[in-house]
Amino acid sequence: MTTATISRWDRFRDSFLWYSFKRDKIAIVSFLVLVLMVAAAVFAPLLAPTDPYDLAQINIMNSELPPVGMSGADAAFPLGTDAQGRDMLSTILYGTRVSLLIGFGAVVLQAVLGILFGLMAGYLGGRVDSILMRIADVQLSFSTLMVAIIVGAVFKASFGNLMFGEIAIYMLIFIIGVAEWPQIARTVRASVLAEKKKEYVDAAKVMGFGTRRIMFRHILPNTLSPIFVIATVQIANAIISEAALSFLGLGMPETQPSLGSLIKSGFDYIQSGSWWITLIPGLVLVVLVLVINLLGDWLRDVMNPRLYKG
Amino acid sequence: MLAFLVQRISQAILVMFVISVIAFAIQDGLGDPLQQMVGMSVSEEEREAIRDEMGLNDPLVVQYLRFAGNAVQGDLGISYFYGKPTLDVILEHLPATLELAIGASLIILFFSVPIGVYAAIRPQALLSKFFMGVSTVGISIPVFLTAIVLIQLFSIGITVDLFPANTGWGQSLNSALSTKGGLPSYGRGDELTHLFGTWHSGFFSQGGLLHLILPAISLASIMLPLFIRLIRAEMMEVLQSDYVRYARAKGLQPGRINFLHALKNTMLPVITVGGVQIGTMVAYTILTETVFQWPGVGLMFLEAITRSDIPLIVAYLMVVGLIFVITNTIVDLIYGLVNPTVKLTGKKA
Repeated sequence: MTTATISRWDRFRDSFLWYSFKRDKIAIVSFLVLVLMVAAAVFAPLLAPTDPYDLAQINIMNSELPPVGMSGADAAFPLGTDAQGRDMLSTILYGTRVSLLIGFGAVVLQAVLGILFGLMAGYLGGRVDSILMRIADVQLSFSTLMVAIIVGAVFKASFGNLMFGEIAIYMLIFIIGVAEWPQIARTVRASVLAEKKKEYVDAAKVMGFGTRRIMFRHILPNTLSPIFVIATVQIANAIISEAALSFLGLGMPETQPSLGSLIKSGFDYIQSGSWWITLIPGLVLVVLVLVINLLGDWLRDVMNPRLYKG
Repeated sequence: MLAFLVQRISQAILVMFVISVIAFAIQDGLGDPLQQMVGMSVSEEEREAIRDEMGLNDPLVVQYLRFAGNAVQGDLGISYFYGKPTLDVILEHLPATLELAIGASLIILFFSVPIGVYAAIRPQALLSKFFMGVSTVGISIPVFLTAIVLIQLFSIGITVDLFPANTGWGQSLNSALSTKGGLPSYGRGDELTHLFGTWHSGFFSQGGLLHLILPAISLASIMLPLFIRLIRAEMMEVLQSDYVRYARAKGLQPGRINFLHALKNTMLPVITVGGVQIGTMVAYTILTETVFQWPGVGLMFLEAITRSDIPLIVAYLMVVGLIFVITNTIVDLIYGLVNPTVKLTGKKA
């Protein structure tokens, strides 16, 4: 066991991935920032000074306090408080957690759908291919955000506000996952089409393996690197989509805020001068999305898969 | 060409059919018109009688055909909130959205072409790298956040007092970093010119244009990076092609090569992508209109959702779906006309 782990680590250290990572300052900084933010989000219950979900810890008298460094600030609230008197640092930590959870969950869902449909369309071809890709084309021409807004609107109208708020996390993962599957399906299909012609697939066919086995055990592993690249970028997209939906009031409720709903609730107070309620979570959102996008750019350059862009 | 035309148009009709089925399903699943029309005191028998009279007990197919037949004739139901035909409500709000989109498109056009071409001609220049860096950051900023920052900077204004105010340089730095604000950030103002029908335009008065500035910049900011990158990538590819090299060898002016010969072929994919991006643009107008309370169809749609105004939601879906389908089909046809190789892929699929 030990030798296996050591050799795997050695292989990683000799790999081109690690070699180019060490030489790319932007990638290193982005990676460190991302790790820091993910860690802060995961350990939010331990790190946050207060629990924003716990009404007993909130005092309305503390509402709209500015961040430390401005006049009228309270040292107990380093980033100030929002209109309900919640500590901004805590709500942002918890909000990042919600945003990351939804972004990651939505990408897992769209990867499952996208890989399944992309493999089917690419390998089976024919009518399956044209039907699946037509659906993908039409859905993409409506733009994923538009589809997500419409599905969100219909869900909200049919479930009602209260019910929607309770299951909002699952709803958002579902909405964004379903709205964005064509992106991954197209990438998978494009690389499956290239892999399909290779000799190992013929060999597997000659050996009498079933279609499903060839699709998932032989072709899928060889299409993983473009999937990996696009999934990274899709996490950033999913986080932005979630923030947009929450900003429109079709996402997370204010009692369980994500970064998007924090920005939305702060926006109502921007005219009264309390810029920090909306701009600090906004900055966190931008940094989070930016580092993921930069890492995605770097990964694409390193792995250099021919991404199918529609 | 004719086969291509027929194929694309029949596809458009199929898509429109699917949209109408979805819209019908939403209307059927969510709206109970009876509840809106009659009170609690009406007995069950009376309700049943009204249902029969309105055809709500007919088979679903019959109901769908009636819905589709009315829709084709421009009757998409009556809005619960406005008490008017939904199509009229949408037509009243559409000009505002169109003007916002036109304003943003003009900004995108005026900035993306020069910047993209410049970044392609001089990829190593410091300014190009700066533009590309800014566009990477720009893609990562959601449109509503850009809008909020713009409101803070140019509508509310910021006062910077980081530097010591008793020194000359501190004062000038403070005032250089502070903004005055004052630009309108709410609605379209009241200086609108009536053009025709339901179109009240803000293009012809100072107040109307001032109200347009911030929303249009916000909407443009999200699409601009995409177009800059696209134009740059396409232009770099075109600059490698044989005919550009030949033009260079012939000794033509660089400006003539770049802007007359190369740019022409660059714009073709840009136009198609631009056409496809209309869908994205509509989604972003919803966000922009929400931030600026811009009285367009996006804001109307969002208000319809909070008011559970089902007929208006359904009508919006149908109208927006129709706009998408028409623009996508036209873009496809134009592309097929200009670039005949597309027809082959069109046939294969």
